[in-house]
Amino acid sequence: MKTKFFNLALAAVLAIAIAGCGGKQNNETNEKPVAETNAKKVVDTSTVGSVSGTVTLDGKPVPAKPINMSAEPYCQKEHPSPVVPPEVVVDDKGDLANVVVYVKEGLSDYSFDTPKDPVVLNQKGCMYDPHIVALMTGQTFEVKNDDQTTHNIHPMPKDNRDWNKSQPPGATPIDETFGRAENAIPVKCNVHPWMKSYIFVFKNPYYAITPKDGKFELKDLPPGTYTIEAWHEKYGTSDQTVTIGAKESKPLNFTFKTAAASGD
Amino acid sequence: MLRNIGFHHSEGNALIMPEAEKLQRLHRFAVATASVTVLLLMAGALVTSNDAADSVPDWPLAYGRVIPPLVGGIRYEFAHRVFAATVTILTVILAVWLARRGAKTARKLGWTALLLVTAQALLGALRVLEGHPAVTATMHATLAQIFFVTVVSLALLTSAWWQNASESLDDRGSPRLRPLAAITAAAIFVQLILGAGFRHGAFGILPHLIGFVVVTVLIIWTCRSVRKRFGQVRDLRRPGILLQAFLGTQVLLGIAAYWAVVQAMHSVQPSLSYVIVTVAHVLVGALTLASSVVLTLSCYRLIRPNAPVALRSAMESTRAGGTRPESSRA
Repeated sequence: MKTKFFNLALAAVLAIAIAGCGGKQNNETNEKPVAETNAKKVVDTSTVGSVSGTVTLDGKPVPAKPINMSAEPYCQKEHPSPVVPPEVVVDDKGDLANVVVYVKEGLSDYSFDTPKDPVVLNQKGCMYDPHIVALMTGQTFEVKNDDQTTHNIHPMPKDNRDWNKSQPPGATPIDETFGRAENAIPVKCNVHPWMKSYIFVFKNPYYAITPKDGKFELKDLPPGTYTIEAWHEKYGTSDQTVTIGAKESKPLNFTFKTAAASGD
Repeated sequence: MLRNIGFHHSEGNALIMPEAEKLQRLHRFAVATASVTVLLLMAGALVTSNDAADSVPDWPLAYGRVIPPLVGGIRYEFAHRVFAATVTILTVILAVWLARRGAKTARKLGWTALLLVTAQALLGALRVLEGHPAVTATMHATLAQIFFVTVVSLALLTSAWWQNASESLDDRGSPRLRPLAAITAAAIFVQLILGAGFRHGAFGILPHLIGFVVVTVLIIWTCRSVRKRFGQVRDLRRPGILLQAFLGTQVLLGIAAYWAVVQAMHSVQPSLSYVIVTVAHVLVGALTLASSVVLTLSCYRLIRPNAPVALRSAMESTRAGGTRPESSRA
């Protein structure tokens, strides 16, 4: 009886060991854009309009702590003065940068070509540049390393394939694609845990990431009613509905509130 | 089930000196293996707390090399691999040594330890190559605890104390201490799984909090039973005190760790206080389980299952030959 129990226990451990030996599942199917079954419309460029505006922050953000780069002398050397994480970048007027503005609903009838140019995420001074990137499904996502130190690039999507690759100094750029639309895919470098970025993958080309002046423009939108959403990594999302006529340009502004301003 | 799992003696309980010396060396080696395993657990906890688990994307090599560039999070991951390799080598030696000198159960436990450390290495590889930390890292953390208590058990089983001790005590209380201690050890193990699951994102905090209440009640109940029924038996009293001390420490560390986790949610990188507190919480959790297993094994070694002899007479008989209530483990 004892021997039987012991053998069973050993078999269980062996099963775990065999499971550990299992090769990497290549979930490549996630990489391919989801096939569209119904014929879709193409945008008529003679009728397109646009939506533009500014994203602002109401209230004063809590000052962020500077990043401690002492774990990597190279990174520390690259930044003689302390670096603040680029999570909340706001100017004196309250214009908010690093907000992704995109069409959330209203474009399901259309199909769009995938841009041929890659979207580049660079690693420079042990920081991601830019902090947030957006691209279309199937578009090339290129990761470069301008640093003289090793990084690993680790996007952690929910709907796309998870991957983690190392990139030593001087290595050739890494080219990847995302097959499914997905918002705010976190990207991390586990060698330098302060390095964080987000990737947005869209099925359409109507998205923008606000620069320092908080301004955005969604150009060449076909006439229709759309839900436009703005996303910020600290302040969440906000959406508005807007209707665009032929060749019409509509203003649209978003305002996020700090916890103090919203009374939380 | 746990009776007579020591070593072959040449004549009864009396060990011939050279043989005893050899067994003493084996015991020391088992203790050393268990001690290095504590360092391995610490190295593993440092990897998680420093968010460095994915800093080396390849396995068994690191960045295609035996020694990777030792920068940032790679230092933690590589140190963990070095400790893992060391423990694997120590376990191979221990298993072979036990195969030559150990009794049947000790031999089997030695091979089990070797199998566990191998499975653990492969699970570590799975964690690196496949990701999915909620599943793979929780399994890796769970198997780490199983391996740790296996080598701790081997350290106990190879001790001269274990050789000389015998079932000489009667437990007249209810519930019996033997199953109570075993249930407590099992509950602590489950609690460690729940803690690992929370740490790696498999569960929320609630199961771990419920587990904390259950484990606290069981540990207090077990230790109180030890104190009331066998307060004079040092070999039971001591692991009981140790278990309580670890519980108290762990409660404080648990509160501190939760505070550190909440603080870390707003941080761009792990702070030193977060790393220290969370690593300490993992380590003391493992030590709590180990002390509980030692107490359980000691109960099974010293207490008779259902003998109708009074405790007093049993104590007297142990003084005459077997376990000495105030004796210490060699």
